[in-house]
Amino acid sequence: MDIIVCIKQVPDTTEVKINPETNTLIREGVPSIINPFDENAVEAALVLKEKHGGKVTVITMGPPQAAEALKATIAMGADEMVLVSDRAFAGSDTWATSYTLSQAIKKLGNFDLILCGKQAIDGDTAQVGPGIAEWLGIPQVTFAVKLEADPANKKVKVERMLEEINEIVEAPFPCVVTAVKQMNIPRLPSLKGMMRAKKAEVKILSAQDIEADPKNLGLNGSPTSVVRIFTPPPRGGGEVLTGEAGEIVGKLIGKIKDRKII
Amino acid sequence: MLDYLLTEEQIMVRDLARKVAREKALPKRAEWDETGEFPWEALKAFSDADLCGLYIPEELGGFGQSVFNFCLATEEISRVCGGVGVTFAASALGSTPILLFGTDEQKKKYMPPIAKGTKLAAFGLTEANAGSDAAGIETVAKKDGDYFIINGTKQWITNGGEAETYTVIAMTDKSKGPRGATAFIVEKGTPGFTFGKKENKMGIRCSATRELVFQDCKVHKSQVLGREGMGFIVAMKTLDLTRPGIGAQAVGIAQGALDEAIKYARERVQFGKPISSLQAIQHMLADMATSVEAARALVYATARMIDAGHKDYTLPASEAKLFASDTAMKVTIDAIQVLGGYGYMKEYPVEKMARDAKITQIYEGTNQIQRNQIGLALIKESAQKK
Ligand SMILES: Cc1cc2nc3c(=O)[nH]c(=O)nc-3n(C[C@H](O)[C@H](O)[C@H](O)COP(=O)(O)OP(=O)(O)OC[C@H]3O[C@@H](n4cnc5c(N)ncnc54)[C@H](O)[C@@H]3O)c2cc1C
Ligand SMILES: Cc1cc2nc3c(=O)[nH]c(=O)nc-3n(C[C@H](O)[C@H](O)[C@H](O)COP(=O)(O)OP(=O)(O)OC[C@H]3O[C@@H](n4cnc5c(N)ncnc54)[C@H](O)[C@@H]3O)c2cc1C
Repeated sequence: MDIIVCIKQVPDTTEVKINPETNTLIREGVPSIINPFDENAVEAALVLKEKHGGKVTVITMGPPQAAEALKATIAMGADEMVLVSDRAFAGSDTWATSYTLSQAIKKLGNFDLILCGKQAIDGDTAQVGPGIAEWLGIPQVTFAVKLEADPANKKVKVERMLEEINEIVEAPFPCVVTAVKQMNIPRLPSLKGMMRAKKAEVKILSAQDIEADPKNLGLNGSPTSVVRIFTPPPRGGGEVLTGEAGEIVGKLIGKIKDRKII
Repeated sequence: MLDYLLTEEQIMVRDLARKVAREKALPKRAEWDETGEFPWEALKAFSDADLCGLYIPEELGGFGQSVFNFCLATEEISRVCGGVGVTFAASALGSTPILLFGTDEQKKKYMPPIAKGTKLAAFGLTEANAGSDAAGIETVAKKDGDYFIINGTKQWITNGGEAETYTVIAMTDKSKGPRGATAFIVEKGTPGFTFGKKENKMGIRCSATRELVFQDCKVHKSQVLGREGMGFIVAMKTLDLTRPGIGAQAVGIAQGALDEAIKYARERVQFGKPISSLQAIQHMLADMATSVEAARALVYATARMIDAGHKDYTLPASEAKLFASDTAMKVTIDAIQVLGGYGYMKEYPVEKMARDAKITQIYEGTNQIQRNQIGLALIKESAQKK
């Protein structure tokens, strides 16, 4: 099976500080790590490779120093690495990021599965994985806690971790799966892997290489504007209606009418 | 810290060993110390990280036969846990005889899984009545056609029961005295080869220390290491080569204790200020740090000398083992002093470090035996000059 894993280099949030005036992360001087969920995605890919054979290609969109994050995944056992890097990508929001990554993935050609992390610990939107799936027009299965592949029948079986229940779904190759942290314990690098990483070549793709439409790239291609960042209050408990079925339906319709929904 | 001008590869080995030890052994060390559970979990992680074959040539599945790299990893692991450190290192002790004296066939058969870390090795020399006086061993291997029949009991063998591959020294011809001993490779599972109970020890408690019991254990002559009669040469050459590793264990344990002492001294407030501001504490820390660095320098220099191909390293290897282990004992006890009553409690790791440190003065030749050996070498050297 050929698997592509999308990883993002993020600031080590255990070390990060917030600028009290702008409420944004102070990134300067903060060490970078691989987004932890993406390490789960890499681990999941390596487990599938060990079981079914094939190749794991790790891809990131970021500045040249993001190559370090890619190399760390080679040290874990990934086969190839691709850095999608161009000044034109600067200021990308999730729309532009997922567009750019999907173009790069098209360029790379054959793949059975794309793995992403559930979300990035800095941006936290959890939109890039689903965005890639949309741009490529393929299925997406988010919040995977278990993942099995069936290469003979070209499909995956995924257990999704939802708020109260787990859901098991199947999806055909190729598709996008995003990983939660409970999925596995990412392996540590190995010495031979590190030696391989030291020598391995990073394939670099520019905006031109991926034949991207400039109007979808970077700041100009990013429709989002951040007005304010805040933690939303937790969802309230809701109200449970009891009684006979007919009675409940009556109460429910009343409540809906009260709120002028109908 | 002294800059040892490590190469990129050496830094990689050191940092990876540190990372794996901290992630896999640190959270468990107190529990393993308490229960004596064998640290397979940590060993599996070292295996996955390719750290088990640092002293083994690449063609045998290792990372390139470097005593120095092996010492770096052993130090980092022992810095976290002396028990895991010796378990890691004893596999090198058990397999070095094969590396040094094995035939190509023996090497190809036994070394790759040891290099990968999927199998452990152990070294069986000591017996109840033969410790420092190894020549007094009573285990016999009697020739019987193409086979040898081994009878006797080895005592306190590290990795006993857990290892798959054992190097065992037995007498093949008592009449020849020390020239009548032979080294054998014995596989776990060979009929007539069983294990005694696991010893309950003061320190390095998660390491396995067991008897090897041989009752009419039949091994083929192809299992002889080197030649018949070379048993003690095999043992002595092996111990010369692995002694810097004991030094590295000791340096690691001492550094671990120093780390804890410095951290604690900065946090502990008495008389309204951190005890680290007291000169008495600073001087103690200064002495600890200086001797740890001196021990490390001696171990590293010896390991480098060996890797560079020098043949005669018996003296520095003994000096490195002696000085580093005496340092570990002193520094760990002083670390307890810096932590005061807290240091005496099991909630803090330094009392364990002191218990772990003690063994480094005893095994692979007690420090008295090291001094004997160093003294003799000095006199011999001086006599040769005249
Ligand atoms: C308006 C706006 C402006 C921004 N401007 C900038 C800017 O100028 N500079 C800047 O650095 N950031 C900027 N960002 C942040 C950046 O665009 C987002 O972090 C990025 O789009 C990814 O979104 P996320 O972090 O929420 O990832 P999520 O959607 O939470 O990530 C989910 C998964 O997608 C994958 N993934 C995410 N990003 C990448 C990537 N780059 N490469 C490969 N895989 C990836 C990973 O597998 C990850 O686990 C901006 C964001 C917004 C909303
Ligand atoms: C935890 C543990 C693990 C071990 N692992 C192994 C192993 O894997 N393989 C193996 O073969 N052995 C192993 N040993 C055995 C170890 O190497 C011996 O314990 C050691 O060599 C000392 O022998 P002994 O204990 O019989 O002490 P003894 O030889 O009885 O010595 C007792 C005391 O007398 C001193 N002494 C003895 N002779 C002299 C002398 N000539 N001059 C001055 N002082 C002297 C000693 O220094 C010591 O202080 C292990 C031991 C322990 C405790």
